[in-house]
Amino acid sequence: MGDFASAVGDVVSNDVSYSGAMRFAALLAFAALGETIAERAGTLNVSLEGMVLGGAFAGALGMHLTSSVSAGLVFATVIGLVVAALQANMSHRLTANQFVVGLALNTLVLGVASFLNTSIQPVSRAAHRLAIPVVSDIPLVGGAFFNQPWPLYLVYPLVPLTWWLLYRTRWGLEVRAVGENPQSADVSGIDVNKRRRQSIYIAGLTSGLGGGYLVLGQVGRFEDAIVGGQGFIAIAAVIFGGWTLRGVIGGCVLFGTVNSFRLTLPTVGHELNSELLSAAPFVVTIVTVAFFAHRTHEPSALARPFVRGLT
Amino acid sequence: MSSPEPPSAPSRLHEAAVALAMYLGCIVVALFISAVIVSATGGSWQAVFSALLDGSLRAQGRWGETIGIAIPLVVVALGTAINSRAGLVNIGQEGQLMMGAAFAAYVGVRMAGFGPLAVVCLLLAGILGGAIWAGIASGLLYWRRVPEVLTTLLLITVASQATGYGLKVEWLLLAPFREDRSVRNQVSEQLADDTRLPRLDLWGNDFPISAVAVVIMAAVVLVLFRRSVWGFRMKMLGRNSRTAQRAGVSSVRYGTWAMLISGGCAGLAGAFMFSGGDFGNYRFTPGFSNNIGWEGLLVALVARQHPVGIVVMAFSFAGLRAGSGFLAATGVEREISQVVQALLVLALLVPPALLFIRERRRALAATRART
Repeated sequence: MGDFASAVGDVVSNDVSYSGAMRFAALLAFAALGETIAERAGTLNVSLEGMVLGGAFAGALGMHLTSSVSAGLVFATVIGLVVAALQANMSHRLTANQFVVGLALNTLVLGVASFLNTSIQPVSRAAHRLAIPVVSDIPLVGGAFFNQPWPLYLVYPLVPLTWWLLYRTRWGLEVRAVGENPQSADVSGIDVNKRRRQSIYIAGLTSGLGGGYLVLGQVGRFEDAIVGGQGFIAIAAVIFGGWTLRGVIGGCVLFGTVNSFRLTLPTVGHELNSELLSAAPFVVTIVTVAFFAHRTHEPSALARPFVRGLT
Repeated sequence: MSSPEPPSAPSRLHEAAVALAMYLGCIVVALFISAVIVSATGGSWQAVFSALLDGSLRAQGRWGETIGIAIPLVVVALGTAINSRAGLVNIGQEGQLMMGAAFAAYVGVRMAGFGPLAVVCLLLAGILGGAIWAGIASGLLYWRRVPEVLTTLLLITVASQATGYGLKVEWLLLAPFREDRSVRNQVSEQLADDTRLPRLDLWGNDFPISAVAVVIMAAVVLVLFRRSVWGFRMKMLGRNSRTAQRAGVSSVRYGTWAMLISGGCAGLAGAFMFSGGDFGNYRFTPGFSNNIGWEGLLVALVARQHPVGIVVMAFSFAGLRAGSGFLAATGVEREISQVVQALLVLALLVPPALLFIRERRRALAATRART
């Protein structure tokens, strides 16, 4: 136990671990913010992984074609939106099972991306770091928040934007109503499946952008395994956060921290069981959902399709 | 308002013809899109489809390979069909399969020399492993009202990390260090010759004997669904749990059974994979499940939980997987088989959805005409 404490001490006093945690957390946050909206509307959007992966490949491709990071990010967002359009229209227009659609889209995007990657081999590199004066000099955490590749900063405005969209607009109210009780929402004149489709489009936008950030702000070049299940971790972060914005951000930070913890530990000279460390957030999530059920409440219609006249 | 004529129900033959035409049309569109993707990157689509057929059926001994891959897919899908029928959503087969394979590896390796008894114990251990993993989800569902969708999804990662840990310590799964073994971390001991599933040989195609068991399982599930009280109660529970409760069908009891069977099937699939020899050469490794759990789930949902459909779909999915091994010769990346598979899945979703919507419209029109 003392060993563990000293390991934690070493990691906590190392500013590299903070900026690493921030970079992982940012990717999760990009995806999780959109996923929060989609889940509040009642879709458990499994294709999040595919959206991020599609965004990542499109980002690399955009950079390859235009050699501009911003263009790459635009490409990424568009492809995220395309995947979202497929998911939304298949599952909330044709009323096909949302999990089948999501899983098939994940396979499809992975197949197409790695297929095109080997035949095009896009050349890309990471965006430059942008240190924001004064605040980036805060010891330990300043660099983590304010001295990062510039695409990361896009996640900061996204947080209040999501909050405003979900809690301060009529659209957001309708989205929450649709996820909570679609029958009542339908009776009061809300087009349930339309709101659900729109919420998936938002998830596609943000997670496509997240994929663009992953390839252009963090890794630098596209590989098939670049996302490596982080889309699913983002879904777990949403569940962990109890579908509230504050909780979701907390979940992203926690999961990102654990991830970077795992990578920093060996460099500061500690051996810790990395499997147990990566499984821990998931176990914690299950326990929180199970035992703090009075505080976390999932959208009642989560993952239930809506067809008028059928309950 | 003049009420419109209530639309007369078209003949069943006509309905079936329309459905068949829709399915064929959608499959053709999916194959066409795949062909366009191949051609756009300078490959020859004829060569790709021919290689896929060679690799899955036509070449010497290949359909045995396809059957070997189809076995775990069918088992996973049959389990999924049962929980879907009871109205429960289990999407954690990948993790349950991993746990089943790990349990089977633990028991199988330790029982070397016991022969057929060891094989039975190994398969039972696999079932137990998967059932425990699904049991956690159903326990939390009925005890703490945690949606089973979430727990099964989250438990996948926990399973892969737990088995990864098991492969790091010798008292669980890791093979003891030996001089002759090339240094390779995280691999289990190889299953002894006498504790492997026997393999059948048909005209140069060999596949494990579990293929027979799988066909029997599919038949049993079909009979259970069609002819048994138990199957009917499951269906009642899935269609309307309140009605089921009124009729004396305990949702806790039947739901728990559905989840346990579903997890047990996924675990059994893992045990079949481990002892059958088509996956991992009788060794358990991290990433052993190789997406079979996810694909089995897809098979069940695309086949709309019908046992016969499941066998057919599993065979086609397995064919694509086996066929992708032959793609290297065409110079086209093997990922194209994933693209073909995903497009086929999406295509197969469209006709039932369209038919459902049409039926709903007709029903709504009929109600409107009556009032």
